[in-house]
Amino acid sequence: MLEGILIGLSAAISPFNLVMVVLGCVIGTLIGMLPGLGPMSIIAIMIPVAIGIGDPTAALILLSGVYYGAIFGGSTSSILLNAPGVAGTVATSFDGYPMARKGQAGKALTIAAIASFAGGTIGAILLMIFAPALSTVALLFHSAEYFALMVVGLSAIAAFAGTGQVAKALMMTILGLMLGTVGEGALSNMPRFTFGLQDLQSGFSFITLAMAMFALPEALFLVMNPARAATGADGDSGKITNMRITREEARSIAPVIGRQSLQGFFIGVLPGAGATIASFLGYAVERNIAKGAEQEEFGKGSIKGLAAPETANNAACTGSFVPLLTLGIPGSGTTAILLGALLALNVTPGPRLMTDTPEVFWAVIISMYLGNLVLLILNLPLIPYIAKILTIPRTFLIPFILFFTLMGSYLGQNNSTELLILVGFGVVATILRFADYPLAPLLIGFILGTMLENNFARAMQLYRGFDFILERPMTLGLLVLALILVVLPSYRGYRARKRAEGVADGD
Amino acid sequence: MALDRWIALAFIALCCVYGYAAFFTMDDQLPPILQRNPVWPSTFPKILTVMGLVIGLIVLFTSKPPVDGAPAKDGAIDLSRLGDYHIGQALGLLVLMIVYALTLRPLGFNGSTVAFLVLGAVILGERRFHILIPVAVVAAGSIWYLVQEVLGIFLRPWPGMFM
Repeated sequence: MLEGILIGLSAAISPFNLVMVVLGCVIGTLIGMLPGLGPMSIIAIMIPVAIGIGDPTAALILLSGVYYGAIFGGSTSSILLNAPGVAGTVATSFDGYPMARKGQAGKALTIAAIASFAGGTIGAILLMIFAPALSTVALLFHSAEYFALMVVGLSAIAAFAGTGQVAKALMMTILGLMLGTVGEGALSNMPRFTFGLQDLQSGFSFITLAMAMFALPEALFLVMNPARAATGADGDSGKITNMRITREEARSIAPVIGRQSLQGFFIGVLPGAGATIASFLGYAVERNIAKGAEQEEFGKGSIKGLAAPETANNAACTGSFVPLLTLGIPGSGTTAILLGALLALNVTPGPRLMTDTPEVFWAVIISMYLGNLVLLILNLPLIPYIAKILTIPRTFLIPFILFFTLMGSYLGQNNSTELLILVGFGVVATILRFADYPLAPLLIGFILGTMLENNFARAMQLYRGFDFILERPMTLGLLVLALILVVLPSYRGYRARKRAEGVADGD
Repeated sequence: MALDRWIALAFIALCCVYGYAAFFTMDDQLPPILQRNPVWPSTFPKILTVMGLVIGLIVLFTSKPPVDGAPAKDGAIDLSRLGDYHIGQALGLLVLMIVYALTLRPLGFNGSTVAFLVLGAVILGERRFHILIPVAVVAAGSIWYLVQEVLGIFLRPWPGMFM
């Protein structure tokens, strides 16, 4: 491991990669701050730039910098405007905004910066411990297990979609898998579902799909509902004055940071959970274990209530890299986009990543430490200036967001047809969002589709049919787990509905 | 019928078309040597079709309409108040995006991008042209420079007849 750390260190502190860390963090913070633009949209927009760089290490360092920069930046708009830039920082506004209204915006931003730094750094240490261990186990897996593992991942993402949403999330996953089968498959060079169109020969571009699923609907929602793009600080809450925290305050948030780093990290590792669930759960847990007056303070400007979600969301971001780097299976929409970018750069994440390209693996982990340091430096002294971006009027902002969306998709393929496909899918995605269909499963299904089919085909060829399911106990076990993951929440939802109907009938 | 059920219905229709292609047309083109394989290019799509139909039917018949009076999520779009939103602006921007896609090559990157940024802001109600036009020109020029010179991806800057 020490050797790996040294390889990573030497790659990460090369001047070019250091520039990438700083650039990623700055871009992520700036864009993450804008209300309504999530990390998925930002990363999707940045992918052509990352692919243009050509070096997978530098590209992944840039994109992961953008990722945690965005989560970090989102906390600033949550605290100053009560308008979270990303879903993962909604819980930050519960106590961050009341603090800002009390004239403690500076203090709130400092606590958020320190909590994020600690969460991210502890997360990176845990990643360094757990990822190599999991890689070793994953090397024992065959294509049959990989196939089953991907099915588990996809079911878990659907299972975590929320009450009443499991079937919808599964439907979106299948739609994503179907879209993934368009074009020439790896199985044979036969074009499938192209309807004779040359442009579909190589399938849909994942960047176009990512833009269409996240960036475009979000921009259209900002247009349709200007309340979402509420920019410009109101009253005194935007004034950043004293940024110092006292020794007592530091002492009181230290245990919160410790607990939430661990909890957030492990929630982040689970497929489908991610930063949003980690931050809400972190907030709820800390409120429950706080005593008396401290518990009363939650929601009114408690420093513990601010530190908990901020630590947890950053630790979860780091945790979500575990399944991506060790199994090559993304647990969230954001890591799915990162996976797509890696595949475009000819790097296949998975257990072999650590042995085949150790410099990529370790440089990313080491760059996370550096990135967290950069974010701390960036956020503490510069935040009053960076927060000025929140005053850009939406009439200027939205055309630029749309333009970057179009450019991202165009540069990937250098083809204008791609832009028409983007608009078409964007309209469909907006309608799906209206009907409350989750879109991350669609993209994850699309990106995992090819790998899922390849592993399935390899297992079928090795065992001359479906026998691999019965002959490999681990495969069977994983598939049963996938079934339980999907059926259990649906069954519980059904029971709860029946009970509610029973109560209603009894009234 | 609620929008989510209409979508489920559309998804089932899509599955039928997809499934028809997978079950009835795809295997005809398969070379004889591949027919001895246990897995065909149509195997996975066939499985997806069956699963898609089952899930689509589940969503169609079990999804519940939202409870009346339930509080809307903060900042979320409420479909019942669709008329209150700026639908016209959104549609205008979508049309503008299609026009941009069609004019990117004939007009060149710089011309079409400046036009897109300016018209996009105008659709959203911006009228300060003395700020808008310089911002659009500087942005388009610097992005063209970044993409073409730094990233090395060719973008035709001017209309085809000038170069």
